[in-house]
Amino acid sequence: MIFTVVKRELLAIFRNPAEVFNPLVFFVLVVSLFPLGISPSETVLQTIAPGVIWVAALLSTLLSMELLFRSDFDDGSLEQMAISPQPLLLLVTGKIFSHWLVSGLPLVMLSPVLSIMLALGVEGIQGMLISLALGTPTLSLLGSIGAGLTVGLKKAGMLIPILILPLYIPVLLLGTSLIQTAAAGGDYNAHILWLAALLALSAGLAPIATTASIRISLSH
Amino acid sequence: MLNVRQLYCERDNRQLFDALCFSLGAGEITQIKGPNGAGKTTLLRILTGLYTDFEGSIDWQVDHHPLYLGHKPGVKDQLSAAENLAWLCALQQQHFSPWQLSNALSEVGLGGYEDVVCGHLSEGQRKRVNLARFYLLKNAVWLLDEPFNSIDVDGVAKFEVLMAQHLKSGGAILYTSHQTISIDVSINSLNLTGSLNDAR
Repeated sequence: MIFTVVKRELLAIFRNPAEVFNPLVFFVLVVSLFPLGISPSETVLQTIAPGVIWVAALLSTLLSMELLFRSDFDDGSLEQMAISPQPLLLLVTGKIFSHWLVSGLPLVMLSPVLSIMLALGVEGIQGMLISLALGTPTLSLLGSIGAGLTVGLKKAGMLIPILILPLYIPVLLLGTSLIQTAAAGGDYNAHILWLAALLALSAGLAPIATTASIRISLSH
Repeated sequence: MLNVRQLYCERDNRQLFDALCFSLGAGEITQIKGPNGAGKTTLLRILTGLYTDFEGSIDWQVDHHPLYLGHKPGVKDQLSAAENLAWLCALQQQHFSPWQLSNALSEVGLGGYEDVVCGHLSEGQRKRVNLARFYLLKNAVWLLDEPFNSIDVDGVAKFEVLMAQHLKSGGAILYTSHQTISIDVSINSLNLTGSLNDAR
């Protein structure tokens, strides 16, 4: 069933790709404006690169988060999912996974190109790929809780960021410090393990919380 | 099939129903009646399990989940009519061949629309996509909330035939409608008064 959900989601997204492109364009724009806005000097860029990439990735995930359940709620698909004999947990997990496939994964794949612009070395790019690959699924998983809670509200607007940002902070800290350590040629195994631990924790718990939050949103 | 006992529900400090008891047996059809705001939709949502803020007991004596048709069609704009129908059936753990799906779509007057994206369909046609699953799925209990809104006269007549068949084969239907339904089975009615008493 999870395969059916992912297939349906991807199909719906590919028929209307504009929604997905916006956050990606945002990511590219923010990262590419920094060298222009601050300084083209390599040493400055190398210092800010990890932070810039991670902050941009985090904000672009937040941007795309509101759309995760919105259209399903508006057209009644979500209530059909909630009352079907299929476990809602499974359907929600499939939706979060497909959200990462179209928002997180392209971000990971785009990042090496952008980091050349920010003068990150090969070591730094390696670290950045690992940190984003482990970090962006966590961002999608945590964000889905906020998306589920606010989907019933007409103007959720800034509510998801306010609810979810505190949970994003550890991922941001670990992600940037992984890249910094990697760029400086240090050993970043501990960072990888911590990011992986956060991912495992949120993969286990976030879908349960999201399922519960959707049920709350639907019971009005 | 369904036994509801001592159901009590209040919303916004307004008591919708108190000590509501009714049952629905095989082959029975019941219309929930009442003025706007009496709690007809809320009652149906309680029975589906979507709305949980109530007291009382609800006994389902069937294995199948009820099929619920709400105000929203549950149809995705980006997917075609056939894809939407296949998905709605997959949610009920039942799978059909493309041929069966397009047959069901022709039953609701959407023959030839199988591959049309639902965003291009009218309100009534989108609702018909949802109605098409009632031709395929074997769930015993149907909960229909205003099933005939935005459906034309011809579509209503066809669906009435299906409802009669469903009842004959031992199914049960609970519905709300402001339109009168003409089928040759006696329709029970359940009156919600919509009392304006302050619950506090």
